[in-house]
Amino acid sequence: MSMEAFTVVTGAAAYLSRANVDTDIIIRIERLTAGTSREQLGRYALEALRYREDGRDDPDFILNQPAFRGAPILLAGDNFGCGSSREGAVWALRGIGVRCVIAPSFGDIFFNNCFQNGTLPIRLPVADIQSLAQACADGAALSVDLLKGLLTTASGIVISFSTDPLRRENLLHGLDDIGLTLKDDTLIRAWQTSDRRQRPWVWLAGAIL
Amino acid sequence: MGKTFFDKLWDAHVIRELGDGWVLLHIDRHLLHDLSGPPALADVAARGLSLHDCELVFSTPDHAVSSQPGRVSTTFPLGGRLHTELKSRSAEMGVRFFDLGQSGQGIVHVMGPELGIVLPGLTVICGDSHTCTNGGLGALAFGVGSSESAHALATQTLRQQKPNQLRIRCEGVLRVGVTAKDLALHIIGKLGSAAGVGSIIEFAGSAIEAMEIEGRLTLCNLSVELGARCGMVAPDQRTFDYLRGRQFAPQGDGFDAAVAHWRTLPSDADAVFDREEVIDASYVRPTITWGTSPEHSIAVDGRVPDPCDMLDMVQRDNLAAALVYMGLTAGQPIAGTPVDWVFIGSCANSRLSDLRAAADVARGKRVAAGVTAWVVPGSENIKRAAEAEGLHEVFKSAGFSWREPGCSMCVAANGEQVPPQQRSVSTSNRNFVGRQGPGARTHLASPALAAAAAIAGCITDLEEVRA
Repeated sequence: MSMEAFTVVTGAAAYLSRANVDTDIIIRIERLTAGTSREQLGRYALEALRYREDGRDDPDFILNQPAFRGAPILLAGDNFGCGSSREGAVWALRGIGVRCVIAPSFGDIFFNNCFQNGTLPIRLPVADIQSLAQACADGAALSVDLLKGLLTTASGIVISFSTDPLRRENLLHGLDDIGLTLKDDTLIRAWQTSDRRQRPWVWLAGAIL
Repeated sequence: MGKTFFDKLWDAHVIRELGDGWVLLHIDRHLLHDLSGPPALADVAARGLSLHDCELVFSTPDHAVSSQPGRVSTTFPLGGRLHTELKSRSAEMGVRFFDLGQSGQGIVHVMGPELGIVLPGLTVICGDSHTCTNGGLGALAFGVGSSESAHALATQTLRQQKPNQLRIRCEGVLRVGVTAKDLALHIIGKLGSAAGVGSIIEFAGSAIEAMEIEGRLTLCNLSVELGARCGMVAPDQRTFDYLRGRQFAPQGDGFDAAVAHWRTLPSDADAVFDREEVIDASYVRPTITWGTSPEHSIAVDGRVPDPCDMLDMVQRDNLAAALVYMGLTAGQPIAGTPVDWVFIGSCANSRLSDLRAAADVARGKRVAAGVTAWVVPGSENIKRAAEAEGLHEVFKSAGFSWREPGCSMCVAANGEQVPPQQRSVSTSNRNFVGRQGPGARTHLASPALAAAAAIAGCITDLEEVRA
């Protein structure tokens, strides 16, 4: 199975400046128990921020504004995606078109979950994020180039960013970790055979099939 | 230079270096629950793969099952679907499944330790952020999403980068009535909810050495609320005594051989950490959160902070927003705040010692009018043990609802929510906006403080209720 590759993504960049947007805010837990498929979670992404009490779009929320509907890039605050490990948070954001999140810091598990789904999280200093937000405030496009490691605004601001080399490779080619790891299966089995001798208490009796 | 406890565990599990700071790490134990388990198992099945080592995987329903007395899998209908999927895929793929009503069923991070599934020196993962709980037994335990969970099911490994290491030494003696939960909330209040980002935390020091295993599990449970991946306590005699005789722990000579190995694991005296912090444990008071992050913690006899005291504008705005959401006034004492719900449960505090502590406060008293108070034991075994001691009668006589094991109101995935704008005191680990239900106002506390609030009808110091 392969993921959608990420090379260059260009589009509106919506700024959600609050800190500590946790994964409960990104997707409520009950949306993940209702049998909704991953692809349909988009309507529930950030729902407390997007919708008013009566269920209609809150026109003041940035992602509801015409220039930012379906924006592929989210500019965010500190500790974005902290809290629960729910991967549904990434799926829900993908569901509204987000392919790249740029923040000063992320919740660890959310950060990892992004890479599993062809979504690029980028750590950038607050000052840089604010410059980008200002340049893109009226919906002007931002270009995220993973090949070159460059963020470029329509107004000509260019900011470089770094991504871990291994993750970058996998994202660029839409590579799937499981396939890669299984190439090492002989090594894995050999390690296990050796470990059975060294730590016999780890190795429980056989399967119940 | 010496190695840290984490170094030793990490190095022992590296199958190979992958370059650029990545390794292939063996995963010794994998826990599955009803929310993140089905997608991971389905992913593996869809690829036409079988589980790499199904005997190292364990599953049980906890998040989406009702806690209603006498519940069955379909009592919460949506949970029934997830239960069926977890149960049937576990059977097809050779995974031990602990069903409702069976010994071994419970919140994953409660049943794992109690069954001896989690042992010192093991790598343990689960699709749940509070997997870090298991570090209290000296395991290298952390949460993952369902994609990484599928990867581990298919390969028995994870591709990982080594995190930084933070040691938090807790020195001194905890005061009477002050528990691991109070210590944890105190630490998060002091260091902040992002102190551990990118790191694992080793908890050490005299207060930790003196702490029982269930307390260590509670403390490590809240590591993720410091932003850390893992929290760990090096194994010692208390750990070995706790594990002896448990179902999946080694037995007899095998146990002794394991203990001999486990004794070599603690950090070397000359080991160096990336960061060290020292906490005066004797200073800690019974602690409660007032706001919308575990870092918003204060002593129960303290006052809610005033945003105007914050020099930083952003912090000021965040505090002000939290006060509005929680319906509190800047500078007010937190004690005396009326409550509507009390929830005693969750992977933070639902073990036998937690239930005993709550029962000690509740014995002979009555839940205040207008308060709904629930006790949800963390596992079927704990429920049975508590009933054998008569704890359920103590709670029921006092007007608490004695319920069935599961995550229940901590995560509110089973329809059990705190109604909008209602205020709960909860022994869980997250008080985020809307965590226990849209508009729900959550105060995190220890079991004793929660029981005291149920009886007083408001947030209160323990002394008030003992009188």
